[in-house]
Amino acid sequence: MTVTFDLSTTTLREVNQALHAPDLAGDFVITHLAGSHNVAVGLDAPVKVTIRGHVGYFAAGMNQQAEVTIDGNAGQGVAENMMSGIVHVTGDASQSAGATGRGGLLVIDGNAGARCGISMKGIDIVVGGDVGHMSAFMAQRGRLVVRGDAGDALGDSIYEARIYLRGTAKSLGADCVEKEMREEHLTELAGLLKAAGYEDDDPAAYKRYGSARTLYHFTHDNEY
Amino acid sequence: MCGIVGLHLRNPDLYSRLGELLTGMLCEMEDRGADSAGVAVYGNEAWSPAGRGTVSLVDAADAPEAVAAALSAASGVDVAVTAVDNVLLLSAEIDSESLLAAARSVYPDVLVGGFGEDLAVLKGVGAPKALAEGWGLPDAHGWQGVGHTRMATESAVTASGAHPYAVGPGECLVHNGSFSNHASIRRDLEAAGIAFDSENDTEVGARFVAHELAGGKGVDEALSDLTRTFDGFYTLLVSNRDSFAVVRDAIACKPAVIAETDDWVAMASEYRALAHLPGVESARIWEPEPEVIYHWTRTDATQEVSA
Repeated sequence: MTVTFDLSTTTLREVNQALHAPDLAGDFVITHLAGSHNVAVGLDAPVKVTIRGHVGYFAAGMNQQAEVTIDGNAGQGVAENMMSGIVHVTGDASQSAGATGRGGLLVIDGNAGARCGISMKGIDIVVGGDVGHMSAFMAQRGRLVVRGDAGDALGDSIYEARIYLRGTAKSLGADCVEKEMREEHLTELAGLLKAAGYEDDDPAAYKRYGSARTLYHFTHDNEY
Repeated sequence: MCGIVGLHLRNPDLYSRLGELLTGMLCEMEDRGADSAGVAVYGNEAWSPAGRGTVSLVDAADAPEAVAAALSAASGVDVAVTAVDNVLLLSAEIDSESLLAAARSVYPDVLVGGFGEDLAVLKGVGAPKALAEGWGLPDAHGWQGVGHTRMATESAVTASGAHPYAVGPGECLVHNGSFSNHASIRRDLEAAGIAFDSENDTEVGARFVAHELAGGKGVDEALSDLTRTFDGFYTLLVSNRDSFAVVRDAIACKPAVIAETDDWVAMASEYRALAHLPGVESARIWEPEPEVIYHWTRTDATQEVSA
């Protein structure tokens, strides 16, 4: 059974509280978003939630287990600090998509804005289009896949996350370098593309970027 | 925070709904700033009759009749005064700069909200919803409007600290963010003979742009110079009688969304301020890139210029 919440007649707090009920199960649809913030945050149940419209900030933040589809654009911080589950944005996402995420999969069919995957800590992010400047800034763990181009300073101060980019980066950030695409990476990337619904992409068309690890320890060469 | 909204209408059938649509946009952004607010409306006959210069005086103590008499005497032409809540809108069959000079000579201590042809600027201290209602904003007509909801961070909550800053003829600037090097730019402008109404950082940006435009530069060039001169965080909406422009700083952490249809161009800090616009479901919606100037005019197509 599908339960539908209409945000033009039900308050956001009521909707989020209903989605936090113990032993939650089933499918849910949320309509009449009008760009609301904090929609479907803090879910922790194996449910499907479909959000029909453009949302504001922090949609599906802190998600665990749930499979959330946003049928529209998302404002800043979509799926921020996600732990597990799937968040799928069919449109574009604003800045800081998937920020600090620790697990799960974030798929953005359109473009993502600046700082996509900032400080990511284990989340996987697949972006159908381009990402903005400073994406994967200080990324620590997880994978960022970009099917389009990247803006300035991709992977600035990156730790151990891996970036797969099909297009070109306007520039690479400090300590971010292109790395060899070995067999294990092609396999890993093929799995991510398949999970995100882009299995027709050729993994060999992508390049891999990661940390040169020169910022890990202080050296006088780091002075400027 | 602060909230910015702007609506540039292309379809004249919508001119009668400008105030209604702008009110919805402004009030939706009350969450981003509720200490003061302001709007600039282009083309509302009741506030800025066509063919006459208009000047806005904010929180004047004198009655409208007294102001009309004093300014008619000072300017030598018949000056009409319309009271719109806390703002007096002066108009006369002279250019707005001459009317402004008369107003400044008679009321040197009263805050000028703005001046121009076809332009009315209203601003004040208080919650945006209450201010918009007091002004009767939903009934305003026109082809273009901008608005701002302020959450003060670096200067006092006063009408002089409220946006828009409309310091050149027909010009208007609203800002979300904070300039970090405004004090030194203010000194340079003051050295060039420019006077200020407030200690506000945004006023420095507005005076800078007005100074550039007065010197013969175009909007794109003025905003490009601004990106190279000003440090800090900003999303700016800069309007003129016939144009509407948006620019963000290189970091672009202050939000901005633009939506465009055949009938209108709209900009706001957040999408929810645009959600009620007619036809938004089929609008082209995007976030402006850092240091790219997006510029629309009433006659030409869209321009995007790298700063």
